[in-house]
Parts: sequence; structure tokens; C-alpha cells
Amino acid sequence: MRRRWMSAVAVTVAGLLTLTACGDGGGSAQSPQADAAKKVEVFSWWTGPGEADGLKAMKEIFEKQNTGLTFFDAAVAGGSGDKARALLATKLQADTPPDTFQGHAGAELQGYIKAGDLESVNFLYDELKLRDVFPQQLVDQISVDGQIYSVPVNIHRSNVMWFSPVVLKEAGVTEVPATIEDFVAALEKVKQKGKVPLSIGSEWTVVHLLESVLLGSLGTEAYNRLWTANSDWSGPAMTKALNDFKTIMSYAGDPQDDWQPAAKQVADGEAGFTIMGDWAYGYFHNPPDGGLGKTSKTDFDWAPAPGTGGTFMWLSDSFTLPKGAPNRDGAVAWLKVAASKEGQDAFNPKKGSIPARKDADASLYTDYLADALKDWGSNKLAGSIQHGVTVNDAWRTAINEAVGLFQQSQDVAALQTALAEAAKNSGQ
Amino acid sequence: MTRVRRWLPGLLLVAPSIAAIAVFVYGMLGWNFRLAMTDKHDEISEGSFVGLENFIGLWDQQRWHLSVNHAIVFTAVFVGGALVLGWLLAFLMEKGIRGEGTFRAIYLFPMAISFVATGVVWRWLMNSGTGERAVGLNRLLDGLGLEFLQWQWFRDPDWGMAAMAVPAIWQMSGYVMALFLAGFRGVPEELREAARVDGCTEWDVYRRIVLPMLRPVTLSALIILGHISLKAFDLIVAVSGKQIITDVPAVFMWVAVFDSHDPAKGATIAAYIVIAVSVFVIPYLVWSLRKERRS
Repeated sequence: MRRRWMSAVAVTVAGLLTLTACGDGGGSAQSPQADAAKKVEVFSWWTGPGEADGLKAMKEIFEKQNTGLTFFDAAVAGGSGDKARALLATKLQADTPPDTFQGHAGAELQGYIKAGDLESVNFLYDELKLRDVFPQQLVDQISVDGQIYSVPVNIHRSNVMWFSPVVLKEAGVTEVPATIEDFVAALEKVKQKGKVPLSIGSEWTVVHLLESVLLGSLGTEAYNRLWTANSDWSGPAMTKALNDFKTIMSYAGDPQDDWQPAAKQVADGEAGFTIMGDWAYGYFHNPPDGGLGKTSKTDFDWAPAPGTGGTFMWLSDSFTLPKGAPNRDGAVAWLKVAASKEGQDAFNPKKGSIPARKDADASLYTDYLADALKDWGSNKLAGSIQHGVTVNDAWRTAINEAVGLFQQSQDVAALQTALAEAAKNSGQ
Repeated sequence: MTRVRRWLPGLLLVAPSIAAIAVFVYGMLGWNFRLAMTDKHDEISEGSFVGLENFIGLWDQQRWHLSVNHAIVFTAVFVGGALVLGWLLAFLMEKGIRGEGTFRAIYLFPMAISFVATGVVWRWLMNSGTGERAVGLNRLLDGLGLEFLQWQWFRDPDWGMAAMAVPAIWQMSGYVMALFLAGFRGVPEELREAARVDGCTEWDVYRRIVLPMLRPVTLSALIILGHISLKAFDLIVAVSGKQIITDVPAVFMWVAVFDSHDPAKGATIAAYIVIAVSVFVIPYLVWSLRKERRS
């Protein structure tokens, strides 16, 4: 009898323990209250080679300038921040935000803004005169009703066409295609040689391609109008752009797992072209640990995506000021470093991007980055779709869905209807 | 006092599970169905009751049709494949091959691996490159001189989901084998002897004696595989990510909640998944309950 009781109690206790065990684990990031005044929790998804080094360089500047504060790195691994953002959503819903978190500048932040999670940082822009050092168009494109909610740290370019000079020479393409017609002609020539004309990765890389084709086919003004009340998603210009997209896609090779294998096909001389953001440069150029160790201009080369010369399609990582940040002063101090010339010039050469500020030290940026920096100062600007500048999450997901379905149906009319529908339902 | 002594330990024993299941299974289920019947299409609005509107509206979406078709193809190939392969393995084991224990362990091992790990390996194996660019299985086929069998695997627009079922079959057929093997061993040798004496061929012994007696095992295997298949998420995300070409309801649900920020739509899809699984499970429960009562 007694043994039965004992075993019953034992099993009950074990059951309760398993139940309570579920609650543990997430709490490791918390710290005692006494520490909170000094610690600044910076939430990002910069864990990869290059970007983590850049973050560390900024951290050193931050701790040197703010001796009373310690930087707490709350980075969550995962390429474009998918996992980080899922975790962030739960933190924000539980009203336990980090002191500051990374987000793509632009419409991607709208969800947070609408939910009232973010504080406007206009006061910082005034205090640090940031409106003068960032390009006017950038400030315009990240403002929501006159309020700015983030501080851009870096700029990446989306509309870059990477190509293999070896394959192009072999195929008899003498001039780098600057228009969509030339591009299609060049793709055809590469195809004749039995190489992959255009390498693509998983479905998001095709949306990335679409944004460059839209920009090239519609022109910068019409493209920028798509995100305003005067957008025209159903008109003939859009039909033509989508038909261009279909033509270009007909030259695409087998989809690769992601953008890296697609880029590698170009670097290895298997494919002629790929259209990918300028993070591909680091992958091509860096030594074999994190990259392919290729030589620029001989193994790979670049140009603006066809039809987009003179326009810089940008995306940007930025830091925010969450409402109810445990250490608001610390967060503001971090934002000041992130906005500063010193901070941006420490971070960007390591990350392989360019600073958002116009007054950066140009000598730090070489090869591709020198090109990008020059264009950033002089080009017209357009925001990226896939990387959260022009559309919010829901709209971007709807566009991805439409493009994914198009890849199977090849039905331009259905794609156009779906895109128009997505724009209408975006609530933006 | 004695009566209390009789039932209290038992109740204490199961109380934590009852509480946990009540809250985390049925409570959450009810909450999900309630959410599915509201118009809470973003994270901030309160959402008011709209009845079955979301459930009907979902059928207007092309992506939903696609993901349901994918789930059907995946389920048919996976359940069918695992049952046939598992049965075949068990049949071979039962014939008393040497080193049966070793083989049994080998075939069961894949079960110990998580679907995520399986998915990562099979993503590489099922690379869609062909010809010069072939790697993984396509390279193997190339090496065997079977180039004509190379195909796009899970990236094939028509039969991609059938390829997606291959890793699942690989992982679960050992388990089905174990089920069938136990079933085979449960068939008394006397019955088979009697059949043989009556002039039954070995094939007929299996067809007319063993198989009918294995019906309960087959049914259990069908239920277990069926509900795994309808909920498939981890394997598919590990192999292909959240791409339309391999979209299934569970992946669609995740995208609806975390990318589109549309909780009501996600809850609706989740509700449909639960309903689909119940179609499998409830008849089985009714059937086994009746059988218990009879015996």
C-alpha cells in the first residue's frame, strides 16, 4: 500500500516538474535589476562573418564613449532575420522589449509602429542634424506622417547585376547590357553556348529579380509611385513590365537552394548572370572561409541591373527605440553611436556595406564598395520590395505568394491581378 | 477512508496530465476555433465574430487549393509507400534471415532522427541539378548510367510532393516494419500449419490467413502515418523552406501568422488541419472503443 502511495507522489512530482520546466530557458537573458541601469540590450541578427565583426567594432566605440554602460549582444542567428523577428514579436507582445532592436528601415517597421511599439526618433534627428547628413530622399522614404522611427546604420544596394566576364566573352557579349532588350539578347547568346543564362535561387530571389525588372521597365518615377496613393498596378506599363519579367524568367536556370549557390554558378563560370543584392560581393570576394575567394573584374563583375542605371535601389538595416525600453538612456546612447560617422565607418567596411551618411570616409571603401558609395551620393533612390523598404510584411508576403504561383502557372494576367489585389489589401 | 485510498492515488497520478491536456490541448483548440471565427486580420485589432466567413473565404485562394493538393499527394505517396515498404521489410524479416536483430535495428534507426535533420540531408540528396551540374541522388544516377532517371525532385512542378514523401518514407518505414513484425509474430504458427496441411501455397497463407489477421495493425499504422502526414511541417521547411512549390497547409498557416500577420487566417488553416486529422482519428477511436466493449 505504502509503495503505491510513494510511487503516485513520485510520478505527480515528476509531472509537475516537466510542466514547470517548459517555463524556463527563455529567462536566461534577464538580469538582476541592479544591472539594468548599466546594461544596454541590443537585439540584432548579425551573427555571420563580417557583420558580427562590424557589430563588435561599433560596440567598442559605444563602450569607450559611454563608460558607465555595457553592451549586451542579444543577436539571434539566421540570414534575413526571420527567426530573430519571430522571437522579437513574442518579446514585444509580452511588453518586455529589448533596449533597441534591428529592423529594415522603411515599411517593414509599420507593424511595430501601428502596434505602438516604437517611439519616434525625430528628436535625435534634430539634435544630431541627421537630416543634413542622410540623403534627402532616404529621409523622405523612411518618414511616416513626418515621424521617423529608426536610425539607418548601413545601406545595401538591391539592383546589382553580377556577371561572369569569362562566360560573356565566350558567348560573344561584348558590351554589358544596359537595357532590358540588350539584357534579353545577351541571355539568348549565353543560352546558345549551353551555359545557364541567368541563375536563380529559392523563390525569394525571384521576387528580388522582379523588383529590379519593375524598376528597369517602369522607370524610377513610376516605380516610386507604386507605393503611393497614385499607384497603377493594372495599367499597360505594368503589363509590359511583367511580360519583360516573364521573358527574363524564361532564361532562368534550375532554381538553387538559395542565393549563394546561384551566385556561385556565376563565379564558377557556369552561369552568365545573376541579379542579387550587393551582399553577394562579400561572398564572391572574401577568402574561402566565408566566401569564394574570387578576383573581382576577372572572375566576376557587376553593373546596375538592366534599365536601372542612375538609380540606387536601397535597403538598410536600422536601429529603433522601443516604447518601454528598460534602459532608454542607454538605447539613445547606442543610437547616437549608430548614427555617427565614426560608428558607421567602423561597422560598414567590415559588414561589406556602405554608410547611410553622405560624409563617410571614402578611403575606407574600395573596389565594389567605392562604386556603391559614389552612386549613393549621386543617384536617384528607390526602395526595395523584398527587403522591407516600400511594403509592409503582409504586402510583401502577398507579392511573394503571387510570384511563387506565377513560377508554376506562367500566367502574366493572373500575376498582375494578384499584385493589384495585394496592393489594394495591403492597408498601407 | 478505504474508498478514498482506492481512487485518490490513481487520480493524483493522472491529475497533472489531465490539467495539462485540458489547458494546452483542449483549451488551445477551443481558443483557436474561436479566433478562426473572428475578423482579427492583424495583430492589433480586437476582432469581432464573423461566423464561418474565414472558412469559406479560404477556398477562394489559389494558394489554399495548391497546398491542399500538395498535402493529398504527399499523404497518398507517404502513407502508401511506408505501408508497402514496411510490410515488405517485415515479411523479409519474418522469413528468419540471419542477423535479424541487426537488420531490425538498422531499419528502425531513421526513426530516432528528427525530421529536421532528415530534411537537411535530403535537401542535398535531392538537389535538382542535372547533367554536368548533378549532385546528390542525380549524381548517383549519373554514376550508375541511369541519367534518364534524373529529375527535379521536389522542385518538379507536378510530382514534387511525391519526391518530398521519399525522406518521410525513408524515416517511417522502419517503424511500420516493427508494427507489422509484431503483428506477424502474433499469428499462431498452428493456423499457418493448418492452412499448409490443407494445401495452401505460401503466398496464399499470407494472403488469406496472415493479412486478414493483420487488419488492426494495418489500421493503426494508417492512422499514425496519416496524421503525421497531414500535419507535415518540419520536414518540408527543412527541405525547401517556405516556398510555394512545396506549400502545404501547415506551412501556409505559419506564413499567414508570422509573415502576413493575419492571426484569423492562420487559425482557420489550423482548424482545417485539425478537422482533417479528426477524419482519420475519430473513426478509429469509435472502432477501437466498440471492439473493447465487445471483448
